[in-house]
Amino acid sequence: MDAEKPEVQRRTSRKSVAFTDERLVVDADGNVTMIASPNDDTRETAMSHTPRTPPLHAALGAFTDASQALAADPVEGDGLDLSLMKKKKKKAKKDDEDADGGDEAAPAEGEEVIDLSMKKKKKKKAPKEDDEFAKKLEALKLEGKDGDELPTEETEQDGDMEKGTGIWGHDETKTVAYDPLLARFFTLLAQKNPDHASSGTRSYKIPPPQCLREGNKKTIFANIAEICKRMKRTDEHVTSYLFAELGTSGSVDGARRLVIKGRFQQKQIENVLRTYIIEYVTCKTCRSPNTELSKGENRLYFITCNSCGSRRSVQAIKTGFSAQVGKRRKMQQG
Amino acid sequence: MSIENLKTYDPFAEADDDSGQTKQTQEYIHIRIQQRNGRKTLTTVQGIPSKFDHKKILKVVKKEFACNGTIISDTESKGMGEVIQLQGDQRLKIKEFLTNKNEGLGLDEKTIKVHGF
Repeated sequence: MDAEKPEVQRRTSRKSVAFTDERLVVDADGNVTMIASPNDDTRETAMSHTPRTPPLHAALGAFTDASQALAADPVEGDGLDLSLMKKKKKKAKKDDEDADGGDEAAPAEGEEVIDLSMKKKKKKKAPKEDDEFAKKLEALKLEGKDGDELPTEETEQDGDMEKGTGIWGHDETKTVAYDPLLARFFTLLAQKNPDHASSGTRSYKIPPPQCLREGNKKTIFANIAEICKRMKRTDEHVTSYLFAELGTSGSVDGARRLVIKGRFQQKQIENVLRTYIIEYVTCKTCRSPNTELSKGENRLYFITCNSCGSRRSVQAIKTGFSAQVGKRRKMQQG
Repeated sequence: MSIENLKTYDPFAEADDDSGQTKQTQEYIHIRIQQRNGRKTLTTVQGIPSKFDHKKILKVVKKEFACNGTIISDTESKGMGEVIQLQGDQRLKIKEFLTNKNEGLGLDEKTIKVHGF
């Protein structure tokens, strides 16, 4: 038994996963993709959803075969399954939560049959418990349906949002539930602002610096002109920043490429460029990279943001101390 | 009496003093790296407040990081103040040392700027 208990748990857990799967599939198939986002939250919310929906399919069932549904009510498993099956057929068009109920019922039915045929096998025990649980759930649902019966019709949140049918109709007076409304909000938001979709991780993109090695001791930064153009900064400014940060010197060659003394990898240059962008390109107020660097009245550099209009001063590039490396040092001293 | 009261507060002198002080706090400690030949590098630390004894710091740091180093005097560094120069890339270690409250100097992290790649 000890071995079986975990199995039961695993099953239930798998079932909850299956729930979400079901929901997603239905969403993909059906017209109601909008319900997807709020629904695949947690199992808890799914549970909280269920009481709202059963009345719906219950009501539907009541329309078609009220007698059966009523007869099936609390105890008889078979009748219950039958009614549910019928509901399932209807469901294809309906809400996805219905699909939950139906699909839950369907496997339950199948396993029930197996149970009957080959009686008490150890393996079957766990599923059976599950079945019973599912049955109880269904019974609860049905009871719930019997309980609140008729106001159900309202809860049918159907219709195409794009076309404005169903609950989304212009002259529709039914109150729309929160979740579809929320889903509608987000879909509309995404539709109207396509660039918002990536805005969560919107980043400022510049072409990666191309670093070549010239000889053994020099690095060529090939596309500095392109990068500077992208950042709207002068080559000289970027160059002087690079030299100050890397503590080296260098020159510009014929093709406007920057030759830096010392060995540097692309990653290292990238890091320096990143700090440069943070310091001298992005607007500190609105984080927009759409800024301009200009020399102010008194030797100060100012960054003016083109999108929010803020203006701030930035530090001039200072080289700071740099130690004399190599032969020169000896020359000086000796 | 009232006039004398007023005299006690000299706005200009105060402002001057104040600006000097703010400048002191605004002074950054720059940690830089320089490439030497091959894979070798130098780390320079510029702007450690003069209330600390640079020699002692160097002594501790050399032992802790297992590297050699020197203090470059004000005259040699051409007016950049005393600079501690260490062998190898010690940027992260020295930063940790400067900010550590128990074993280091306990400086504010905001006053430290790490340069280089």
